[in-house]
Amino acid sequence: MSQDPELLRRLLRAKDCMDAASHEEWPVQRLARVSHVSAAHFARSFKQAFGLPPHRYLLTRRIERAKTLLRDTDLPITDIVFQTGWSSMGTFGRVFRDITGESPGELRKREQAASHALDRVPACFLNAAHRPDLTIAVSEKRRQQTDSRIASDEAKHTEEEP
Amino acid sequence: MSQGVGVVGLYVRDQDEAVQFYVDKLGFRIHTDVRNGDYRWLTVQHPEQPSFQLGLFTPQAPLVDAATAQTLREMVAKGAMPPLVLVVDDCRAAWEQMRARGVEFSQEPVARYGSVDASFRDPSGNGWKLIQNR
Repeated sequence: MSQDPELLRRLLRAKDCMDAASHEEWPVQRLARVSHVSAAHFARSFKQAFGLPPHRYLLTRRIERAKTLLRDTDLPITDIVFQTGWSSMGTFGRVFRDITGESPGELRKREQAASHALDRVPACFLNAAHRPDLTIAVSEKRRQQTDSRIASDEAKHTEEEP
Repeated sequence: MSQGVGVVGLYVRDQDEAVQFYVDKLGFRIHTDVRNGDYRWLTVQHPEQPSFQLGLFTPQAPLVDAATAQTLREMVAKGAMPPLVLVVDDCRAAWEQMRARGVEFSQEPVARYGSVDASFRDPSGNGWKLIQNR
């Protein structure tokens, strides 16, 4: 179902506001004012335009931002909770787990381990890219050396044996 | 020998409005503005980048069918078109100047990744990133 581009442009302004300040409270009335429409019309048209209701969109942005702060900073989780717009640690923890399937602490631990690896991506990538050839070459070389050592040992033994 | 991309086009909702924005507010200048009936080939260029033209086109029949034109207008208005990047020497100075001219910023200058960036939209909804040259 098509929507009026002029209305969509105004809905985008409200979406931009949530993107720019997802830690702030964005009740539908406030968003509707940005878009110059009634609250009921706003909620309905926003969902139609962007595929999810405005409050759920805001939630996705807050969780996304919390995940980023958990991964990229060492801020205490309580600070992240309030910086990303939650009023209680309990609500945050429950919603976070519902959405991501793990606790903020678990995600931080996993992501920080992963992001540490991510820092080394270029080296890892290079290593990985070079490994097959190198491995084959090294193992082949080693095998040849071993073979030749065994051969020369055998030869030595053969020479020494008489 | 110097070769490269010559023209990249954007869809805009209104070409007069787009000219006003890109020329009066961003400081581009008109390169070509040719009309043929309802159709208008309109390109602008950055004063410091004469080899590149930015096309400001409207989704319209007969170039695209009427239903597609409507879809494209909706996509542009929803901010769904691909990102655009404007590089400046000083992001905060450019931001102040552009904001004074009425450019709609969706993100104020933020320092990160060793640079400073801000975001703005053209009147149609096309999203631009304003990035400070490193």
